[in-house]
Amino acid sequence: MIETRDLWVRFGPVAAVRGLSLRAEAGGWTALIGPNGAGKTSALRALAGLAAYEGEVLIDGRDARKLGRRATARLAAFVPQKPETPPALTVAEYVLLGRTPHISYLGGEGRRDREAATQALRRLELERFAERPLGSLSGGELQRAVLARALAQEAPVLLLDEPTTALDLGRQQLVLELVDELRRDGLTVVTTMHDLTLAGQYAERLVLLNEGSVVAEGTAAEVLSAPNVAAHYGANVRVVDDDGRVFVLPVRDR
Amino acid sequence: MAATAGGVEAAPAEVAPRVEARGVGLRAGLVTVAFLVAAVAVGLAVGPVHVGLGSILRSALSYVPFLDVHQPLGAVDHAVLWQLRAPRVALAALVGGMLAVAGASYQGVFRNPLCDPYLLGVAGGAGLGATLAIVYASAAATGSTWTVPLAAFAGAIAAVVVTYALGRSVGASHMTGALVLAGVTMATFTAAVQTFVQQQHTQQLQNVYAWLLGGFSTATWHDVAICAPYIAVSSLVLVLHRRVLDVLSLGDDEAASLGIDVGRARLAIVVAATLGTAAAVSVSGLIAFVGIIVPHTIRLLVSTSYRAVVPLSLLAGAGFLVLTDVVARTVLSPAELPIGVVTAFLGAPFFAIVLRTSRTLR
Repeated sequence: MIETRDLWVRFGPVAAVRGLSLRAEAGGWTALIGPNGAGKTSALRALAGLAAYEGEVLIDGRDARKLGRRATARLAAFVPQKPETPPALTVAEYVLLGRTPHISYLGGEGRRDREAATQALRRLELERFAERPLGSLSGGELQRAVLARALAQEAPVLLLDEPTTALDLGRQQLVLELVDELRRDGLTVVTTMHDLTLAGQYAERLVLLNEGSVVAEGTAAEVLSAPNVAAHYGANVRVVDDDGRVFVLPVRDR
Repeated sequence: MAATAGGVEAAPAEVAPRVEARGVGLRAGLVTVAFLVAAVAVGLAVGPVHVGLGSILRSALSYVPFLDVHQPLGAVDHAVLWQLRAPRVALAALVGGMLAVAGASYQGVFRNPLCDPYLLGVAGGAGLGATLAIVYASAAATGSTWTVPLAAFAGAIAAVVVTYALGRSVGASHMTGALVLAGVTMATFTAAVQTFVQQQHTQQLQNVYAWLLGGFSTATWHDVAICAPYIAVSSLVLVLHRRVLDVLSLGDDEAASLGIDVGRARLAIVVAATLGTAAAVSVSGLIAFVGIIVPHTIRLLVSTSYRAVVPLSLLAGAGFLVLTDVVARTVLSPAELPIGVVTAFLGAPFFAIVLRTSRTLR
């Protein structure tokens, strides 16, 4: 479970996030949506302890500030929009780096770390690729390796920044299905997302941000109304509600 | 915390994947140690005075108490071996190992395969310090063994401190790029001042020039003693950071999200690499390219993981510079080629190769 109370993220005089209060339950999927510059990524980075913030971030009820960097990393794994994947590193080596918060600063991996990495590889069906260099993987395989690295962290909270950027339609669904499986294992998932239709189908809770503040939150049916999308994205859309499944379709207005 | 336990039951009883970091590996480790031992043997044996390997070994063993091995060498041979060649080999090994391990570490911290240990202005600062000492303290003439190394060391440290302050003033988020640019600024500035001072005192040109090109022709045990502690501590710190360097290769954000204090880790690595490099440069002059040739050879032959690159660079760098020094003192014997010329001659084409393959070498 991860929670924020009156969270502010500032870049000099500009506040990217303004007083965000958010609660993501264990085993749930919360998607932060909103137009470009709404503060989605800044909020997520604050949750991961990567951006300086005012207010509180609570992970499993504990103040992230007091936890410190390593303890926070044991509770929340973060995957950036474009993860760095050194091409010559093998998949196993890369996934083992996910164990860093469990290893002392100058230490090396132990048996327990190798087991956790092996489990993560199995969970994402990457055993066959363990000894392959990252540079030889396809885009979809690479995305799975990145998730495996986050999984090896054994953190109960998974923070993903735009997990489907640069993937084709099929692979977007594949990755989101994978994340959903991990959620069903009990992980708390928080993602930022651009695609509103996909966000509505996978996350059971949407938080619509604009100019750093929450302007709507709830289920897809509650948040993804045509007036909401028009007002905050400046987009002309038709929203189709097919028995609780919401489709947001862009419509050219002339 | 049991959030990921769900993965276990899905695993069928099949061949388990090999999940471990490659590290140094037994074979690569043994080959590198053998290379270093062979280089040291060649360094001790080769020279105008012939001393056989057997005699060298027996002579060395005669110093081990309770072994009762007789000193086989006459007084002259003994002096040639232990007062001329041995300190020279030891110094070349220390300096080579340090430059290589520092180069590897800088490449890791700055995530740039073309970084070398002189990146932050060490070379320029040391060159300026040494030039000032040679010109104004006439250190070379009075023959003080301390003045030039001390001045070079002080110059190197001063230059890097200024570089770091300059880079820091830009702010933490652009620190790596800013540091590299600040290093270039510092190198240019110190080179300008150094050249100016040098041109004002052309009678010392030869001494300054000889120092700048680097070499071990005047190596003594004294030189070994003044740089060894710095090099030992620095290389130990860097070797201990080998896994941290792998984590840093994921970029600042991801390293931080894995619980690493990126700023502090980078500072520790940069300080260790710089201190060791300054100590090495102060006794050897400016020897270029070792910090690039050696780590990249390891990357090409063994692994790109810093767990292999850092410790193996230390050993291979030591052997490499010992052999290079043998080349420098034998090619034109009895005259000596500055060792910097030899490393640059080997380094330039190597640099080109690295540049062409650097996409896969990061």
